[in-house]
Amino acid sequence: MAGSFSRDVIATIGLTVVVIWILPYVISTFTITVLIVYGLLGLSLGLVWGYGGILCFGQAVFFGIGAYTYAISAINIGESTLPMLLSIIVPSLFAALLGAMMFYGRLTDVYLGVITLVVTLIFYRFINSTAGPHYKIGNAQLGGFNGIPGFQTLNIPGQPSSYIWGDGYFYFCAVVLAIVYLGVSILLRSDFGRIIVGIRENETRMSLLGYDVRARKTILFAIGGGIAGLSGALFANWGEIVTPSVFSLGQSAEIILWCIVGGLGTRFGPILGAAGLSYLKFLLGQQSFVDNTLITGLILVFFVLFLPKGIVPTIVNVWDLKFGRLLSDRFQKPRRNRKLRLNG
Amino acid sequence: MDYFFVILIEILYSIASLVLIGAGLAIIFGMMKVINLAHGEFMMLGGYVTITSVNYGINIFLSILIIAPATVGLIGLVVERLVIRNLYSRLVDTMLATWGLSLFFIGVVTMIFGNTTTGISTPIPGFSIGTYQVGGYNIFIIMISAFLLISAYFILKKTRAGLIARGSMQSAEIASALGYSPDRVYMMTFFCGSALTGLAGAVLAPLVGLVPSSGGAYIAKAFITVIAGGPSLVVGLVSSASLFGIVNQLFTFLYSPVVGEVALLVAAVILLRLLPRGITGSFFKDRL
Amino acid sequence: MAESILETFGLTMKFGGVIAAHNINFKLKARELRCLIGPNGAGKSTFFKCITGQQTPTEGEVYLRGMDTSRWMPHQIASLGVGIKTQTPSVMNGLSVSENIWLSARRFHDGPEAKRKTREIIERLALGAIAKDQLGKLSHGERQLIELGLVIVGDPWLVLLDEPAAGLSGEDIERMTTIINEINKTAAIIIIEHDMQFIRSIAKIVTVFHQGAVLLEDRVDKVMSDPTVRNIYLGKRN
Repeated sequence: MAGSFSRDVIATIGLTVVVIWILPYVISTFTITVLIVYGLLGLSLGLVWGYGGILCFGQAVFFGIGAYTYAISAINIGESTLPMLLSIIVPSLFAALLGAMMFYGRLTDVYLGVITLVVTLIFYRFINSTAGPHYKIGNAQLGGFNGIPGFQTLNIPGQPSSYIWGDGYFYFCAVVLAIVYLGVSILLRSDFGRIIVGIRENETRMSLLGYDVRARKTILFAIGGGIAGLSGALFANWGEIVTPSVFSLGQSAEIILWCIVGGLGTRFGPILGAAGLSYLKFLLGQQSFVDNTLITGLILVFFVLFLPKGIVPTIVNVWDLKFGRLLSDRFQKPRRNRKLRLNG
Repeated sequence: MDYFFVILIEILYSIASLVLIGAGLAIIFGMMKVINLAHGEFMMLGGYVTITSVNYGINIFLSILIIAPATVGLIGLVVERLVIRNLYSRLVDTMLATWGLSLFFIGVVTMIFGNTTTGISTPIPGFSIGTYQVGGYNIFIIMISAFLLISAYFILKKTRAGLIARGSMQSAEIASALGYSPDRVYMMTFFCGSALTGLAGAVLAPLVGLVPSSGGAYIAKAFITVIAGGPSLVVGLVSSASLFGIVNQLFTFLYSPVVGEVALLVAAVILLRLLPRGITGSFFKDRL
Repeated sequence: MAESILETFGLTMKFGGVIAAHNINFKLKARELRCLIGPNGAGKSTFFKCITGQQTPTEGEVYLRGMDTSRWMPHQIASLGVGIKTQTPSVMNGLSVSENIWLSARRFHDGPEAKRKTREIIERLALGAIAKDQLGKLSHGERQLIELGLVIVGDPWLVLLDEPAAGLSGEDIERMTTIINEINKTAAIIIIEHDMQFIRSIAKIVTVFHQGAVLLEDRVDKVMSDPTVRNIYLGKRN
């Protein structure tokens, strides 16, 4: 992990300022808001997959649970502060349960993929079938495929009638993303974060060193679930309606695509991938010549075949090769031949 | 008594359709350790090929049994040569690439046929047992599945191709030791698996309204049937299809089709948690 | 009479129909150095995996310092103070040498102490020049050594070494011998090896595995001259 934390903070603040001040001249704030929300969702999988090595085919589940938790509790409570917190806590707890079930069962990659995929489908099917009037939680109708409209949107804490919307909501989302990004940075610099990366690199060795791999993966999975849930709540507030499509397989596929395209093992890659691809989708949505899904699919295949590392790591590599190598060659002496040796 | 027969046929039908849905995936996964996430879309393509050729006036059974498998098999061949071949032994990457392919196919079909439901009617009329009406086509599906399973068993057990196939399942080196390049074996496997998948999609097409995104409904079922079945091809497929088929029908009878679906999925999650290596990883070991 | 720190009773491991280890009764005293030999597939690595908890024996028990650990998880056994170097170097290839060693040190020590311990081990194994290098880019011999470094950071009292000399040059083997003798001052060691010369230079007692069972256990010179051992071992290998 190169660079110091203070540099991270400065870079994050700088970038946030750019996004808040300059981007609105190019793209409408309404659109940037959803790009930011997707960026947060991308970051959640980027953390779990890129640093923890856990390939989750169902990150959309936590996104969806976050969105539905917010909508349902906002209708029942009529104020947004507690629902926002619940939309982090509930998916996080669910992720902890699901993760514990999978990791304590010593399931490998493929089975992890199957189970997360199947869980996504269960939610999708179930929520879609809740159209009947008896599917109610408190005052909230689940509404089946029509979704839940008309819930209390974000307000200033304690003042249910002072809504945060429009440009205000855009600033709010940008700051949330910046804070979560810094939180993830702190997490990855902590001992826990470094151990997690060790587990990604070699799970067997880490457990032979005495680390309880299962517990740590479960915790990481829960953190990722919480971040995805938060982005779900932000998404619900942005759209002012939640529908079962938040649980769809297509949504899960897109999150994975963002991470691959942006670059795994980086924090910024998945955010960039999410925002970039969603914007591309938005632009493509305005034409009807080529189908959107077709292009998404082609991009995914292209990246897996030709650019498996993703954009950000590739750019960093090229940069290192062009400039880093020059510098280090000039300033470092060539290393002497090394031999195994025991001192003392 | 009549009611009992009806339930029996329904359960058998449920098992048979799971076998059909899973067969192609099982072959490709069992022999190549490749998970084809475009499996559902291959089925969807099989369905569209059938409907299109029927609309052109070709006999429906010819369309289902010959044209659809051949077309989808060829598509599979192209996919294998262009994409999968470059990703062998990179399990996660093949999953991702085939997921990309599945989106690609959905897009292509949407552009050609539009995002609307199409369908054809079943070619076999229903009949009644006592006061109950039974779909004749369901019996056809049960027969097709039984035929597939029995022939798969004999091909694997008795023929030279079956021997090579069983060898490759153990390791690619055995195939090369027998004098066959793994590359060729994989190519043929993917062709056969795709053709079988196309057949499944074609056989099921008259029963469902087809949309470009229909594949999504199949992939999860196929996936869990194969994974829960475990390493043995035929026994694994039959045992997990039976288990899930019974669970599905039971809950459908008791509550509703949606509950049946959800029960099937939940059963799969529980089963994988209890038997991480699948049913034949724990029982019926060393069978085909 | 020193107490046994490792004992197995009737240890049996089956995979499907194959018996990989059959009724192994084994004892090891504190700070003993033992070599395991035997042809490939004799059950030596399976035996190791049953001790470390990577595999749960089908029958029989493993006792570590008097505790029945047969059903324990690998990390629990490692936390007791058991270290293993696997056959092919199992290390964190994507991380640097010092990060690797830190990960091992962090398991047993808190923040600053882990850092100090990391520096100490890097110095002790003379890895200073390559401390910042990514492990995946280093040679096989260097990775062997670093894996050994990971194992000894935790000051284990039992160290299992699966073919530590494999793929090393003559000079490196000598150094490996020095390191092993160093570890042996505080820990019992079991070594799986094929290199007869290496075994002679290091071991006093040798246990011979054959077809999943213990064939013979005796002083190194007696084992080497035993006709049955010469027959099956030297005959079958290569």
